[in-house]
Amino acid sequence: MTTGQSSQAGWVEEALRTHEEQARQEEARQEEARQEEAGSLRRGSPQPLPGTVREDLVLERIDRARRSRPRIKEERITMSHGAGGKATQTLIEAMFLDGFRNPLLEPLEDAARLRVGGAHLALTTDSYVVSPLFFPGGNIGDLAVNGTVNDLATSGAVPLYLSAGFILEEGFEVTQLGRIVAAMREAADVAGVQIVTGDTKVVERGKADGCYINTAGVGAIEHDLDLGVATARPGDAIIVSGPIGDHGVTIMLARGELDIEADVSSDTAPLNGLVADLLAATPGVRALRDATRGGVATILNEIAKSANVGVLVNENDIPVRAQVRGASELLGIDPMYVACEGRLVAVTARESAGRALQALRAHPLGGEAAIIGHVTADPPGIVQLKTAFGGTRIVDLLVGDPLPRIC
Amino acid sequence: MCLGIPGEVIEFLPDQPDLARVDVSGVRRVINVGLLSDDPPKPGEWVLIHVGFALSKIDEAEAAAAMEFLEGIGQAYEDELAALAESKIE
Amino acid sequence: MRFVDEFRDSDKAHALSAKITALCEPGRQYKIMEVCGGHTHTIYKHGLEDYLPEQITLVHGPGCPVCVIPMGRVDDAMALAAQPDVIMTSFGDMMRVPGSKGSFFDAKAQGTDIRMVYSPLDSLKIARNNPDKRVVFMAIGFETTAPSTAMTVLRAAAEGLANFSIFCNHVTIVPAIKAILDSPDLRLDGFLGPGHVSTVIGCRPYEFIARDYAKPVVVAGFEPLDILQSIYMLMLQLSRGEATVENQYARVVPWNGNTVALKAIGETMELRPYFEWRGLGFISHSALKVREKYAAFDAELLFSVPGVRVADPKACQCGEVLKGVLKPWECKVFGTACTPETPIGTCMVSPEGACAAYYNYGRLTRTRVKEATAT
Repeated sequence: MTTGQSSQAGWVEEALRTHEEQARQEEARQEEARQEEAGSLRRGSPQPLPGTVREDLVLERIDRARRSRPRIKEERITMSHGAGGKATQTLIEAMFLDGFRNPLLEPLEDAARLRVGGAHLALTTDSYVVSPLFFPGGNIGDLAVNGTVNDLATSGAVPLYLSAGFILEEGFEVTQLGRIVAAMREAADVAGVQIVTGDTKVVERGKADGCYINTAGVGAIEHDLDLGVATARPGDAIIVSGPIGDHGVTIMLARGELDIEADVSSDTAPLNGLVADLLAATPGVRALRDATRGGVATILNEIAKSANVGVLVNENDIPVRAQVRGASELLGIDPMYVACEGRLVAVTARESAGRALQALRAHPLGGEAAIIGHVTADPPGIVQLKTAFGGTRIVDLLVGDPLPRIC
Repeated sequence: MCLGIPGEVIEFLPDQPDLARVDVSGVRRVINVGLLSDDPPKPGEWVLIHVGFALSKIDEAEAAAAMEFLEGIGQAYEDELAALAESKIE
Repeated sequence: MRFVDEFRDSDKAHALSAKITALCEPGRQYKIMEVCGGHTHTIYKHGLEDYLPEQITLVHGPGCPVCVIPMGRVDDAMALAAQPDVIMTSFGDMMRVPGSKGSFFDAKAQGTDIRMVYSPLDSLKIARNNPDKRVVFMAIGFETTAPSTAMTVLRAAAEGLANFSIFCNHVTIVPAIKAILDSPDLRLDGFLGPGHVSTVIGCRPYEFIARDYAKPVVVAGFEPLDILQSIYMLMLQLSRGEATVENQYARVVPWNGNTVALKAIGETMELRPYFEWRGLGFISHSALKVREKYAAFDAELLFSVPGVRVADPKACQCGEVLKGVLKPWECKVFGTACTPETPIGTCMVSPEGACAAYYNYGRLTRTRVKEATAT
């Protein structure tokens, strides 16, 4: 390697400008902190440990950088934008929320809640681009129905009607499409919904990777609950309805690129029955989410951020199947970030946790439900994990995309 | 990058002497055991897996010794805690 | 999981923690460097620092093979990937490392054929399945990974594959440790030796640290109890004024290393006279390149790469973090301009980088954590 002319990276200049601005603000803060420390000395009150002051500055620094108005720094869309983590969030907030802004969109929950005439409705949509199309436990059709049913269910709505739009690749086998449609019919019957309208498009060979599906769903909200992660408060319990990571790992192994065999299958399932049982059993349910892209970790972060609370979960209490754990260790990924397609995360008032757990466990889809942690007051916006080993660490939002095209 | 996982050797692939199927907590993968050609592993033995290759055999005796040491420390700790709990100075 | 779960038992951790604390001389501060990025990752992932007394500081070392790749080499790799009919294959950790014009990830978004692989053998498979394309494997890693690359090259040679080559960026650990020891900025009390590198090179190469620099070394495993036990062994040596090399990871690390692996490396690769390390500058005899005998598999010869030396961005302090002189949060751009999504330097982007580990897992001091978890 020869030493020729050195070149400075152009894109760094912008980052440096941001940095300089932040540095100026930080200088001001450090001055403040120094004066406060000096002040407290004079007042005779206990000095803060230097470590705590330093750490507060660091946390504040990171927080400020994050709370600053989301901006999309990339020029082109990358796979990270579809992973369900930080990049996805930024894209949604800076592009879509900003572009379409209205009060109904702002909550950014799984479904929008609408009042039409006298009816209280939930509306949701999802697109399915999973690869491969067929995998242990189901196919893209199952996901297309169950995914949308679940988004309605977690808003506490009774799912009623779905639309189904198909984008088919030229050359796709008709028998394969038949299998997908059959699966959708069956899934719809199990969930108690009807597919009442749809659309079909065909694109040239090389696009759409066989078949992409979009489904939209409408449900009726028959309760007065204000379900939403923003309502979480310190003391609340966090419950997961079963073992995590099954779907994501199944897809990854089904791709066949990794030469790994294991006895895992997707957990895709309609959760509306489970949700109905849960809501009937106890009034103390604050929020429901289904753990898809980005996994349970993403939902925990949404809770912490939306409600401005802390979340503390225990690694020992989080149910994970042995094979999912084995595959994750082998590939160096964390099951907490791996997608599920038939699991929900519930936030309940502390007093209601016991009853909620009972109700979930009584249902076939919730047999392994578990309380994995609770909401804390401090530190706000941060999710912590008490590791099996006894130490503590942070669970942040996903960066990058370890498992693309999961659902 | 330093990611190494212990796995149990299940079987060798019949036509490829360098390849073995290993099991990690119920998950199976074929890996290359060529780096252990001096002392090839037998089915039932455990190896350390890194980027699709077995780097080393896991010495069960050493693992047991390590565990014994840790248990010993753990027991001494328990004993001390118990003694502390039981002793009364007043 | 066998050989994993037993080494994550928290009861034993408390016991070790008590013993470690008992060995600390009152008033003395201890600085122990964990050389390997894998150790840094484990320490933060399991919250290991919670078990250590305030007197012991763990200093993060340069053992992150992704972190030490200079921007110019990343640019070279991107140039290779951009060639027509080339399929670039790489481990996941490399995908987001920034060069001067972006990373593999960005290039992929613009249509370059870059594929993530788990093993160099996967890369070989892609080469077999795509005879009309030229497949390049981005070979990175310390001595842990070099044997796997070597075996893959030997396999390619045996099969007479004409469309497979490697871009060799393997580095060796000992020169980096020596550079740290010779650095005036750092006063360390002992080292946690890299467990997996040692399965290949054995424990002898570290003897010079004990003999010439009088610092104890314990070759450590990667489970949290391994690391705690290794720290205990180091503290025991320090309390007795000893300085030797010990092997805590004996269940996996043979004292004399793996001869087959070393032979494979020796057959296919040789040391470069010097190589640039990010933050550490040029270090002689610290990296590997493909031997002439296997020139047909050397991407640097088969293709032309720019070979331009690119200076690190001025704001980047990765060098000091890699040497252990700065803790991640002490870097001026940590958390503001440099975050895992917008990394300026490699320490923030590699899963084994100290900054990434701290940003993603750490961040809270033990006091804060104790308060929060006391609920």
